[in-house]
Amino acid sequence: MTFNALAGVLGIPAIAAALFAALPDYRIAARSNIAATGLTLLCSTSLFFVKPQPGAYFLVDDLNGTFIVLTSFVGFTTSIFSASYIGHELEIGRLTPPFVRFYHAMYQVLMFAMNLALSANNIGLMWVAIELATLTTVMMVGIYRTHEALEAAWKYFILGSVGIALALFGTILVYMAARPVIGEGLDAMVWSVLVARAGAFDPALLDVAFVFLLLGYGTKIGLAPLHAWLPDAHAEGPTPISAVLSGLLLNVALYALLRFKMLLAVNPAAIAPGPLMVTLGLVSLVFAAFMLYRRRDIKRMFAYSSIEHMGIITFAFGMGGPLANFAGLLHMTMHSLTKSAIFFAVGHVAQVKGTQRIADMGGLTETHPVLGWTLILGVVAIAGLPPLGIFTSEFLVVSSTFARAPALALVLVFGMLVGFAALFLRLNSIAFGEARGSSEKAKASYVPMFAHLGLVLIAGIYLPPALVGWFETVARLLG
Amino acid sequence: MNGIDFDIAHLLAGSLVLVSLLELYQDRLYSLLNIYALHAVVLAASVAWQAFVQDAPHLYITAAIALIFKATVIPVALHRIIVRLGIHREIEKVVGVGITMLAGMALVALAMVVMLRVTQEADPLAREDLAFALSVVLLGLLMMVTRRNAVSQVVGFMSLENGLVLAATGAKGMPLVVEISVAFSILIAFIVIGIFLFRIRERFDTVDVQILNDFRGERQ
Repeated sequence: MTFNALAGVLGIPAIAAALFAALPDYRIAARSNIAATGLTLLCSTSLFFVKPQPGAYFLVDDLNGTFIVLTSFVGFTTSIFSASYIGHELEIGRLTPPFVRFYHAMYQVLMFAMNLALSANNIGLMWVAIELATLTTVMMVGIYRTHEALEAAWKYFILGSVGIALALFGTILVYMAARPVIGEGLDAMVWSVLVARAGAFDPALLDVAFVFLLLGYGTKIGLAPLHAWLPDAHAEGPTPISAVLSGLLLNVALYALLRFKMLLAVNPAAIAPGPLMVTLGLVSLVFAAFMLYRRRDIKRMFAYSSIEHMGIITFAFGMGGPLANFAGLLHMTMHSLTKSAIFFAVGHVAQVKGTQRIADMGGLTETHPVLGWTLILGVVAIAGLPPLGIFTSEFLVVSSTFARAPALALVLVFGMLVGFAALFLRLNSIAFGEARGSSEKAKASYVPMFAHLGLVLIAGIYLPPALVGWFETVARLLG
Repeated sequence: MNGIDFDIAHLLAGSLVLVSLLELYQDRLYSLLNIYALHAVVLAASVAWQAFVQDAPHLYITAAIALIFKATVIPVALHRIIVRLGIHREIEKVVGVGITMLAGMALVALAMVVMLRVTQEADPLAREDLAFALSVVLLGLLMMVTRRNAVSQVVGFMSLENGLVLAATGAKGMPLVVEISVAFSILIAFIVIGIFLFRIRERFDTVDVQILNDFRGERQ
């Protein structure tokens, strides 16, 4: 029997979750958390070389391979950050040991759920996995048990459940459309079978199904106007969870939507999913860019920035075609890396300053030069300045749009510029200006942020041909 | 499928929509829970009938879950939570009953128009089922947005899930994995909500979401 990497990617988090639930010592748990995510990462990279045979439940192709590796990588670096972050939370008594035990178990359940959603070949299984990921994050967001945290978790739970329910209705409709062609039973829910026969499906049913799926999974992506849960959930939960939410979970929901988009693309009589995604993407981008201005809470601000970038990515995939898909994939990768790095920095900053209010944290470059400059680098990257990776991907999105729909490109550039200005306005007061708040030395783990931002910098200067070739293959797959 | 089979399935699915509308105008929590239990019983009957006519014995499991878990365990548990926490027995609504009912009827009409139009090729039973299921889902959503009280929002969510189960059983031969998952998700969802209610009770003296909403938005 050959080594099955997928079993590792799914099995390690599942076993680790059970272990951590029983492990009382938080130091050991935090270290084993790093070890478990590290092993998961190793297994996931081996998916590049050996792909398991697609079955009725699992499928690994070039598309989700990319997502799985990205998820495992950010999951690994976040666990390193999480160890020092949670240690500090325990020290100041914001979290107690039983909650930390719960936290580590949930962290692994979340990794399991995300990898399951990404590797599922069965649209029912994919839905179950995304629901599991949602419930896990709901519990993590509420872990501080303050007024705000409970409200954020409740709002996230209600809106997330509604989204998930709509997505299930869409999934049932896809099955209804497939049944007359494929026949009853399991096959009619297997994605690889569906995509091979989708040309013969009833287009009207597929259309309605896609609308439900777009609204349902769109809620989870955080597209405006379905985004209401996202800023609260990011601001009130533990920062490692904000990093994983922004960097990974939004991508997982987007991945689910992309699978269904590929399904519709096969059927010539069905509606084109592109324009719907383009519209929602642009609305999210422009809306979030304006919302960035009046934010007083630093995590909330970067949560809006995530809505903005998910808008850009959804827009790019909505435009479709090899170039726009390539740009969308690159932007998604760069955004995941950059945004989680920013949240790592923000998490430490909020801990040393003891607040998340922007007004109470000034002159960061004076009080904490390393954290301050890392945050600046992160914001420079996320705002899309050269020579960092997001500049490359945003440039590709804009230039591919200009060639095909100049009017849309104008809106796109407008939204990007508005967001850009808002971020720098805030950054100025956080990083420079008068020093405010505590200047106590930070016990931070710098390695994860440096690693992420380093990768983003390298990608901005030089994209290795192997990576370009890989993304081009995936972009072609997306159609 | 012969006439009488179809008629009974149609009657049961239609009753579910009717009970959903009944839920909309309850103004007491206890009566809302009773109506919800009725909702689950009608669902169980409808699913059991589908199991019979489709000759799909696994659907009886779904029906049993609906009958035991949703129609009995959950209403009883919620009832006890209300007593234990001393929650207000009256349901505070965001908008009046009249407007809610009108909106509910409009949503049912919308569901019929959309689903019957797009499913012309499907078999008649599945069509009707899907149209009714969408109505139940939309009515559940409406209930969630027009109520301020956390318990009644939860009931809204559960009746929404009942609509999904109706849709899943109407889709003939849909693999069991989904039915179990739906039932299972309700279980998980309920645990989560239970924890939430208790936590909220610890922190606040009310389970009125409106008070939670006062904390909304930016930190000051």
